[in-house]
Amino acid sequence: MSVDTATVAKIASLARIKVTDSDLEAMVPELNGILAWVEQLGEVDVTGVEPMTAVIPNSLRLREDVVNADPLTGGGIREAVLANAPAAEHGFFGVPKVIE
Amino acid sequence: MTNLTDLTLTGIRDGVAGGDFTATEVATAFNTAVTEAQEALNAFIVTTPEAALAAAAKVDADRAAGKPLGKLAGVPIGMKDLFATKGVQTSAASKILEGFKPQYESTVSQKLWDAGAGLLGKLNLDQFAMGSSNESSAFGRVVSPWRRKGDSAALAPGGSSGGSSAAVAARIVPAATGTDTGGSIRQPAAFTGISGIKPTYGRCSRWGIVAFASSLDQAGPMAHTVRDCAVMLEAMAGFDPKDATSLDMAVPEWDKLLSSDLKGKKVGIPREYRLDGLNDEVAKNWEQGIAWLKDAGAEVVDISLPHSKYALATYYIIAPAEASSNLARYDGVRYGLRELPDGANLQEMYAATRAAGFGDEVKRRILIGTYVLSAGFYDAYYTQAQKVRTLIAKDFEEAFKQVDVILAPTAPTPAFALGEKSNPLDMYLGDVFSVPASLAGLPAMSVPSGLSSEGLPLGLQIIGRPFDEQGVLNAGLAIEQRAQFSAKPEKWW
Repeated sequence: MSVDTATVAKIASLARIKVTDSDLEAMVPELNGILAWVEQLGEVDVTGVEPMTAVIPNSLRLREDVVNADPLTGGGIREAVLANAPAAEHGFFGVPKVIE
Repeated sequence: MTNLTDLTLTGIRDGVAGGDFTATEVATAFNTAVTEAQEALNAFIVTTPEAALAAAAKVDADRAAGKPLGKLAGVPIGMKDLFATKGVQTSAASKILEGFKPQYESTVSQKLWDAGAGLLGKLNLDQFAMGSSNESSAFGRVVSPWRRKGDSAALAPGGSSGGSSAAVAARIVPAATGTDTGGSIRQPAAFTGISGIKPTYGRCSRWGIVAFASSLDQAGPMAHTVRDCAVMLEAMAGFDPKDATSLDMAVPEWDKLLSSDLKGKKVGIPREYRLDGLNDEVAKNWEQGIAWLKDAGAEVVDISLPHSKYALATYYIIAPAEASSNLARYDGVRYGLRELPDGANLQEMYAATRAAGFGDEVKRRILIGTYVLSAGFYDAYYTQAQKVRTLIAKDFEEAFKQVDVILAPTAPTPAFALGEKSNPLDMYLGDVFSVPASLAGLPAMSVPSGLSSEGLPLGLQIIGRPFDEQGVLNAGLAIEQRAQFSAKPEKWW
């Protein structure tokens, strides 16, 4: 499968990356080169093979149901959460208007 | 007095503990070395001389007070700029995180400070750890301290942990952290004549490490010797409830149990790794490695890993797929760069921010990842790749029924020149020997094993069973003792 300019523009839009027309022109052959190369996986017989879900067998744990059991991931740290925000306003993350 | 910057990690630790020199003297010597090399090598994105001195002062005070000292007491280290360090910029070498100062410390870095290490600075890398040459950093490429004989062309230090490898090889840090997703510890270690180990997936907590491909990312140490790696890995590893894939297992005493006696051990040589047209010197060095392991008492066994040839293509679907998902968080809202063109709405702000903040290789991988995960293509690419990944892991499982460790080259060539590989696909092919162990989550290390005719380091890779870092380190030690690698880059910076 190969991609054309319109497809790459669509993928870029899905990935929320703004691309110019000249970016697109450069990207199409590059992505097609990579996609053509990964096509080789199609020749592998995977009948009856399960897709890998965990590389090292491990079971999911539940943490104890305790508030702020680990202060590093607990709550009540609004200042720290907002410390790196490009536009923190009134204790919230500021964004452009989203409701017309 | 000994040149402190020439010492190994364990040499520094023991010298500080024994009172041969103080931790402050060590930190000062390395701070100076870092400053002298920065302009030429660009190994650091941020330097933190005061942090190194503060950690050293605490070690010196503890020692004077007779308090017990940590495993890494008095050792200043470099931290790959992918680990969150509280109050110190953590950029992943991307413009999108420039200025980001984490409000918390990553588990691995915290463990290193708790063991008595100090921070010399944050080391440069390929942007978001995506690359094999360090050229994708938004803060400039790292230049290897190594040069070809009679040639001053700037060489790649490898990647993505290229700041780490360059800094250790140049003796401006005694050891550094790395992370390895498809070879990012091992390949740079091989390119620069140092040792580095990627442990079993889950040994080191990923909490606080900027995510690239979460099912593959593992942290590990990069240092001068196998023993240094063992000691530093002990400090870095351990269960962390904050990482859902962290291994709930005790950390073995790898250093104490190190043994280069391989009697009764079997070493597998994968026949699929004997590629047509493999670099002659790399092939010869591999033969030499086989002879060394025999000399150490091991039996050498020819093995087959039949799906090896598909590992790279599998990796270059899975890693970008996971990256496209992980990197969705960089949207200009909560941290990092925000690009807000006049009159832009929220969606336009996201797209403008990501266009301005991500480098070309990062964008390329996000697009590939988005494509292979998109409706209509998911099964053909992503599910197929995850199935082939199962087969690759099974190949290793079968092989490890016959052998204890596997020996292979780390990289198919010695270091290449910066700018030499302009096609992304050419760059990807260089990961051919390192990617399979990553896909299978196995511990693997690179140890320096010789020099090419041009005077550049070569590395050998040892791959082990899950959880058997000890077997890997032991075989590494056997090679180290026989290779007697003592070459250093001549100081030109």
